[in-house]
Amino acid sequence: MQTEVEAPSTEPLRVQAGVTVSGVRKAYGDVVALDGVDLRAAAGEVVAVVGPSGCGKSTLLSIVCGLDAADAGTVDAPEASLMPQRDGLLPWLSALDNAALALRVGGASKAAARAAAHSHFVRFGLEGFEKTRPAALSGGMRQRVAFLRTLLAGRPLLCLDEPFGALDALTRAQAQTWLAEALARDPRTVLLVTHDVEEAVLLADRIVLLSPRPARVVSVLEVALPRPRVRTDAAVVQLRERALTALGLQP
Amino acid sequence: MIAPLIVLALLCGAWELIVRAGVVNELLLPAPSDVARTLWEDRSILGPDLAVTSYEVVLGLAAALVVGVALAVAMHLVPAVEDALRPLVVGSQAVPIPVLAPLVVLLLGFGLAPKILIVALVCFFPIVVNVADGLRDTDPDARRVLASLHASRWQRLRLLEAPSALPSGFTGLKIAAAVAVIGAVLAEWAGSTSGLGHLVVTANAQLESARAFAATALLIFEAVVLYALFSALERRVVSWSPRTVS
Repeated sequence: MQTEVEAPSTEPLRVQAGVTVSGVRKAYGDVVALDGVDLRAAAGEVVAVVGPSGCGKSTLLSIVCGLDAADAGTVDAPEASLMPQRDGLLPWLSALDNAALALRVGGASKAAARAAAHSHFVRFGLEGFEKTRPAALSGGMRQRVAFLRTLLAGRPLLCLDEPFGALDALTRAQAQTWLAEALARDPRTVLLVTHDVEEAVLLADRIVLLSPRPARVVSVLEVALPRPRVRTDAAVVQLRERALTALGLQP
Repeated sequence: MIAPLIVLALLCGAWELIVRAGVVNELLLPAPSDVARTLWEDRSILGPDLAVTSYEVVLGLAAALVVGVALAVAMHLVPAVEDALRPLVVGSQAVPIPVLAPLVVLLLGFGLAPKILIVALVCFFPIVVNVADGLRDTDPDARRVLASLHASRWQRLRLLEAPSALPSGFTGLKIAAAVAVIGAVLAEWAGSTSGLGHLVVTANAQLESARAFAATALLIFEAVVLYALFSALERRVVSWSPRTVS
């Protein structure tokens, strides 16, 4: 089992693919989670999916990742790796082994997987915490380890399910900055599910706004702003207001 | 460590007073001081019997661990095995050992084999149930991550389910350690020529109640030592579990 696998993300991915979701419907018993959702992400685009809690955003990601089947509609998406809402880190593994998990599952040897994961530790501010277990890491560090694990899966599409939902406001602001930087270095197609409109404006190329359950697309906003974006920037603030208005959360 | 000793001292003190006051017949209930003296004076009798019973308990526990874990994994991986065996596993626990033990002795003789079998039978239930539940109760987010990575069935078992099952597996093992001693005694009662259970029977027949109590004290001690050993092992092996972080 000593298969040597090249660390997928040491080289930028050249094969990228877009996502097309059309008319996806999903019900659990009588509860309709998704009621005809359309969504499109071009290769290398970051698309944020924003909607109220419990509107079926996570279900949408599960379907795009192939973990769940839609009742109706079609999904055309490349291989995806998922970063779940809570980090899903394995408590018995060190930060390094957690980050290297996708490579291990892909068949890399322990040493090769660790070496590949470790090459990212400095950039992600995790140096010195290689052997630390998740319980002893801060919330922000846990998310970085989980994101690194997702990135190292080497898939063209990243599905991030409220990646920073559990962080406090300050840590979240920092996390948004490193995520933007990481994606600038290593572009992928990204579906970012969030309930934080500001996060969507800061990170996404396009924002898809969903209604409360059953989820339908209320509106799609293009975010044609240069990066890096600053949350106090007038254009950012203005777009945030527009999104909130479209969601009916603002008069 | 101090608190249980204080409780033990208080209980023994009260017991001593009751016996000294002549409330109960000393043939029925010897004073703790008599039991302690017998422990020392009869050490050449008690020692070898303790070794025999310990041997039965350790081998029985080991057999239960191997068979129990194998069965739990089989039940976890194959739903048909789970459906077919779960009621039988539960039912096996309801079989009264005093009924079963003479039968086992009849079949397997007076040697070590029937003791190991009966100890294993008593112990394997908490191991099977706890390991099987531990394998099933995994973090749903970690499951989703592994599924999105297309982890194989074997990878899911090795990377997620087996480590997740360790804390509850240790719980099962600790419960098993406590009941293993009872299993060994019942097996010895059904037919044996040595062991602490055998000693209790002969001592009672000879109205040597202090000796029977001394043997019982050693049985209790053995269960406590096993439990402590497994707890220590648990703290080392599953140091990541919130339960063992202290």
